[in-house]
Amino acid sequence: MATAAIAHDDTHAAGGHPPTTTGLDHKKIAMWAFIGSECMLFASLISTYLIYKGRSLVGPYPHEAWVSPTGQHFNAILNIPVTSMSTFVLLMSSLFMVLAHSAVVRGDRKYSRFWLAMTALAGATFLGFQAFEFTSFVHEGLTIRTNLFGSSFFTLTGFHGAHVTAGVIWLVTLLFIDMKRGLRPDEALNVDLCALYWHFVDVVWIAIFTLIYLIK
Amino acid sequence: MADHSDHGAADAHAAPHGEEHHPTWKTYRWIALILTAITAAEVWIYYIPSFVKSRAFVPVLLTLSAIKFAIVVAFYMHLKYDSKLFRVLFTGPLAIAVLTIISLMFLFGHLAIHS
Repeated sequence: MATAAIAHDDTHAAGGHPPTTTGLDHKKIAMWAFIGSECMLFASLISTYLIYKGRSLVGPYPHEAWVSPTGQHFNAILNIPVTSMSTFVLLMSSLFMVLAHSAVVRGDRKYSRFWLAMTALAGATFLGFQAFEFTSFVHEGLTIRTNLFGSSFFTLTGFHGAHVTAGVIWLVTLLFIDMKRGLRPDEALNVDLCALYWHFVDVVWIAIFTLIYLIK
Repeated sequence: MADHSDHGAADAHAAPHGEEHHPTWKTYRWIALILTAITAAEVWIYYIPSFVKSRAFVPVLLTLSAIKFAIVVAFYMHLKYDSKLFRVLFTGPLAIAVLTIISLMFLFGHLAIHS
C-alpha cells in the first residue's frame, strides 16, 4: 500500500502538478468538463437553428432567392466561398496551435512565440471573415430581427464568434507572457488547456459549417 | 519550417498522465492535409446540383463532417491517447447533445420514421 502510494506520488511529480486522487491534473479535468458542458450549449443552439430552418415567413433565405411583396429581390444570402476560406483558416489554426504547444514543451521560445502568434492571427482572421459576413448580411437586409433564420443564425454563429474571441484573447495573453518572461516547459499544461479550448472551437465550427452552410 | 517541429511534436502532449503514444509532426501534417481535403470535398459536393438533389447528399455531408470532428478530437485534442476519464467527460455530454438534437428533430417533424 505504502509502495503504491509512493509510486502514485511519483507519477504526480512527473506530471508537474500537485497530487490528486485521480492522478490527473484538476485543471485539465475541469477543462474537459467545461468542454462537455459547451457541447450541450452548442447542441441547444444548433437544435434551435434546425427546428426553425425553413419556417421563416419572409426572406432573405439562406439558400434560395426571394422576392418581397413590394417587388424587392433578395439573393440567397449565404456566401459559401468566403465561409469555406474562413473554415480553412480555422482548421489551419488548430495545426498552428499544436505546433505552439510542441515548441513550449521543448522550451523553444522562438517558435513558441511564432506559432502562438500565428494561431492568434488565424483566429483574428476568422473573426474578420465573420465580421465581413455579418456586415454584408445586414447590408443585404438580414438582421437578427428580420426572420427566424436571422434570429437563429446570428445567435448561433455569434455565440461561436464570442468563443473564438475569448480564445484569441487567451492566445494573446499566453503570447504576451511568453514574450515577457518565456513559457517554461513545466508550464506547458497552461498552453495545453488553451489548445483544448481552441480545438473545441474548431470542432464546433466543423459542425456549424456543415449543418448551417452546406446542407440546403 | 519543418525541422523545428519534427522532434517536438511527438512530445507535444507528452507525459503527465503516463501515456506512451503521441502523434508525430508527420502525423499532424497528414491530419491537416486530410482535414483540408475533406473540407474541399464537402464544398465540391455542394456545387454539384445533381448530387445536391439526391438522397445521398445530406448523409454524405454528415459523414464527412463527423470524420473531421473525430479526427480533430482524437488527434489534435489527443483524446485517443489521453486518460479514459477525459474520454468519458467528453463523449458523455456529446452523446447527450447529439441525442437532444435528434430527439428535437423528431419532435418538431424534421425527421420521420416511414413504415
